[in-house]
Amino acid sequence: MFDFTTVTQWIDNLLTSAMPTWAATLIECVLVALAVITLYAVFAIILIYMERKICAFFQCRLGPMRVGKWGSIQVVSDVLKMLTKEIIDMKNVDRLLHKMAPFLVIVASMLTFSCLPWNKGAGIIDFNVGIFFFLAAGSLGVVGILLAGWSSNNKYALIGAMRSGAQIISYEVSIGLTMLTMIILTGTMSFSEICQQQADYGWNIFRGHIPAVMAFIVYLIAGNAECNRGPFDMPEAESELTAGYHVEYSGMHFGFYYLAEYLNLFICAGMASTIFLGGWAPLHIYGLEAFNNIMDYIPGVVWMVGKTFFVVFLLMWIRWTFPRLRIDQLLSLEWKYLMPISLVILVMMALCVSLGLTL
Amino acid sequence: MTLDNIKTLEPAKLRTEMESLKKAGFDYLVNLVGMDWGEEGGLGVVYELENTETHATTWLKTSTADRENPMLPTVSDIWQIANIYEREVFDFYGIKFVDHPDMRRIFLREDWVGYPMRKDDKPEEQNPLNMTNEPLADTTTQYILNPDGTISTKQNTIFTEDEYVVNIGPQHPSTHGVLHFRVSLDGEIIKKIDPVLGYIHRGVEKLNESYTYPQTLALTDRLDYLGAMQSRHALCMCIEKAMGIEVSERVQVVRTILDELQRIDSHILFFSCLCQDMGATTAFLYGFRDREKILDIFEETCGGRLIINYNTIGGLMADIHPNFQKRVKEFIPYMRKNIKEYHAIFTGNVIFQNRSKGVGILSKEQCISLGCTGGTGRASGWANDVRKNHPYAAYDKVEFNQVLRTEGDSFARYMIRLDEILESLNIIEQLIDNIPEGNYKEKTKPIIKVPEGTYYQAVEASRGEFGVFLESHGDKSPYRLHYRSTGLPLVAAMDTACKGFKIADLVTIGGTLDYVVPDVDR
Amino acid sequence: MEVKKRAKIKSIPYEDFKDNETYEKLVEELNANGANVVVTALDNLIDWGRSNSLWPLTFATSCCGIEFMAVCAARYDIARFGFEVTRNSPRQADVILVSGTITTKMAPVLKRLYDQMADPKYVVAIGGCSISGGPFTKSYHVLKGVDKIIPVDVYVPGCPPRPESFLYGMMQLQRKVKVEQFFGTTNRKQKQPKQD
Repeated sequence: MFDFTTVTQWIDNLLTSAMPTWAATLIECVLVALAVITLYAVFAIILIYMERKICAFFQCRLGPMRVGKWGSIQVVSDVLKMLTKEIIDMKNVDRLLHKMAPFLVIVASMLTFSCLPWNKGAGIIDFNVGIFFFLAAGSLGVVGILLAGWSSNNKYALIGAMRSGAQIISYEVSIGLTMLTMIILTGTMSFSEICQQQADYGWNIFRGHIPAVMAFIVYLIAGNAECNRGPFDMPEAESELTAGYHVEYSGMHFGFYYLAEYLNLFICAGMASTIFLGGWAPLHIYGLEAFNNIMDYIPGVVWMVGKTFFVVFLLMWIRWTFPRLRIDQLLSLEWKYLMPISLVILVMMALCVSLGLTL
Repeated sequence: MTLDNIKTLEPAKLRTEMESLKKAGFDYLVNLVGMDWGEEGGLGVVYELENTETHATTWLKTSTADRENPMLPTVSDIWQIANIYEREVFDFYGIKFVDHPDMRRIFLREDWVGYPMRKDDKPEEQNPLNMTNEPLADTTTQYILNPDGTISTKQNTIFTEDEYVVNIGPQHPSTHGVLHFRVSLDGEIIKKIDPVLGYIHRGVEKLNESYTYPQTLALTDRLDYLGAMQSRHALCMCIEKAMGIEVSERVQVVRTILDELQRIDSHILFFSCLCQDMGATTAFLYGFRDREKILDIFEETCGGRLIINYNTIGGLMADIHPNFQKRVKEFIPYMRKNIKEYHAIFTGNVIFQNRSKGVGILSKEQCISLGCTGGTGRASGWANDVRKNHPYAAYDKVEFNQVLRTEGDSFARYMIRLDEILESLNIIEQLIDNIPEGNYKEKTKPIIKVPEGTYYQAVEASRGEFGVFLESHGDKSPYRLHYRSTGLPLVAAMDTACKGFKIADLVTIGGTLDYVVPDVDR
Repeated sequence: MEVKKRAKIKSIPYEDFKDNETYEKLVEELNANGANVVVTALDNLIDWGRSNSLWPLTFATSCCGIEFMAVCAARYDIARFGFEVTRNSPRQADVILVSGTITTKMAPVLKRLYDQMADPKYVVAIGGCSISGGPFTKSYHVLKGVDKIIPVDVYVPGCPPRPESFLYGMMQLQRKVKVEQFFGTTNRKQKQPKQD
């Protein structure tokens, strides 16, 4: 398995040999930031294109066809348009909060995005309480949404933001509990170690068998709700609230919400593949050495991105099939069903681990 | 139907007579038509009542000679729907209904000058295009008859100062057009709905009074564009009966088939839009995919996709296309198969079931009092199908069931429509092989003049009873042509159906009531 | 150096479009002062982006709205052009398809919707009613053409227009967008609505 640390080490050595340490660190930070921003933009474009094509195929349509081959650069033209579109200044809004809100959302989304381990040794934010940091940074996004609703001075936006606040805070409970389940299994909160363990002993979803599969399903439901995507897209609920909390945003400010929505989907799927499906760890089947060796030749980043897109596809499938829930049903789903279930899973997992019943 | 014996009532005796008729079983107010009979006849109202058990109808009228300050007693406490009908009459004719709790304009702006449907009113001169935002009052006037015979006024409050009122519409994705609801909310729960109509009020009834009869036909298609065939069918039948034209068997059968195809088209669109409103976008596109098949049939035979302009006075515009029968016969099994798919993708979905069962319940009594005909009434157990109760065209020659359910909730209204698609397919199947030979159009005079009199014809349109009330004074254009809107009672029912439910349910209930706004506003 | 713009629509020859004279005149007007090569290249890039990403506002008052739904649906599929992202908030939409009759009561609302949209914004008048009042032009409560209150870019006649006409109208709008200048001297002028 290729270890990305050799590359980072080499760059680090090169820089420190040519300049003082602080300058080297500064340049490294800038390089990493550039990499994050590029990846972020590229994935957003791929995801939006993917969603438009996938939903078209579900709906017996063709989807974008005219801009580039198979409409492949459709999203580029959307981004260009969005960048040159007017950002409207409105009377009677809370200016500061109104302009700050989209940035909060995008910052939260970028912070969580950098938590994803792309390859062995290629995690950007990786320390011993990584999962803790991920949850904390992810919660920042809801502040942006609430501020957007509050500062817009619009009743639809306010209702959308309130719904969103209630929804995200509730579903965070399930996400936290299912992640905790997997922490019990692996015994660590650092993403690199979680992945390393899965590379050594097998994917968590197989190691933790029944409780892990249940946790995976609960995580997918809660994660989908956390991203405000259908069938949990209440805050935006087109047919009720026109556009929900971002109803008053135009131009690139709206673009930030649009990007963040898709990237949150990617992050949610990425986290699912990290803690349940092995992250960059290749698929190994016990006893089939030849097969395992071939799998090892596929780079870790391909595994990671491949698994993530598989989960993204699952979520899109759900998105385009189910009708929307109602806000009270949504909350009772979380508090009456998902949270008790995830507590039970937690106990089951703890028992499995203490009795040595894991694979 | 020719109405020779409309009973004339004195305004003073109106209420006692109406109350006794209500007790006698006439519990459904079909029509309440405002009239302007000129200087000598005065302003008045024509009522049609129907007994929902025996399906007998009775017509009554009343009038007042006072043109300055016309006053008539209200019947809005006897039939709930009269509330909105009387507001319509007030809006167009300026007749004030004494004791009506809410005498506001309903279609026109609150600062509109004059009463446009009066024969002597010049609406365009008095009302130049006003680009200021329209005023919306939070209070309303009630005229009260004191015991000594004088009239006093009282202000009623619609929304108090501190209520959280959200405007849903006029530009909103799920009001199915430009409908405006002022919704008072308590958190997410709906306390009260006040519909503001008229954003697509095109003055069709007034236009009709200056058009010749063939010209009036074109406007019916554009009222309820998802029931274009049926509304035009009603008007054609009304004029044909008035003039004594007998249309051939062939025309009757073709009209019936096309009416039913139109009904299927409308119900598929209902399904699609409901899915869209509830967030299931994929099901929306499945519905539209199948709808295109019907539009193909329409296009081949009639030339149009949506606005069809096919029926005409004395028959049809053109004979059916040679492919018509083949296409329809291909469509029937295709649609039967796809209904199963609809049930698989949407009806069985647990989210949909939870959101629609027990939501927006209308009882049978409420439906009758509110005049909610069509699928909405039948979902509450009211057997109101005009095709059964007052058969027309070829409906007395075919076997079909009137689909009834008793729950009266959103789910029942939804299921009624999907089951009706199957019933319509049955009707078409019985007729499609037996289209008799005959003229597709009877010869009519170049200028059509309807003999003096009053005529009424109702059909079962896609979403309820559509009626045409025609008063002719023997000219080449009608003196008064009123359409019984299928959608207006449904919009009036929104307040009753939504109270106590959540905003998200407003969308579901509105979707299942299935109104078309241009038909509401006319 | 002066560079003349001339829009090209994929796989449809220039001559196949109707009313090319009006179009040429518009191009002439927009390019009257010319611009240099670099600016034009940038302009072309932006125009390319804008013309391929015209997000419509979901706005429909009557019959034409149903045909608009048909355009979005499987057979005609407006998504092929990238226009399927219908926005419900006017702030986020680029083009308003006025489909259906506009009554005098609706006119202030439509104007307000138009004002709420962010620049660059375009208007397409769909159907006879929004062009001139259509069959209801004699009515006391109908606006005789939306161009009396908002500037219209493309007119699509029909009652209601067929879905193909919708697409054709949108392509004409694309051609119009493609010759606009973002940088340089003659930016798109805010047109005054027609007065009479």
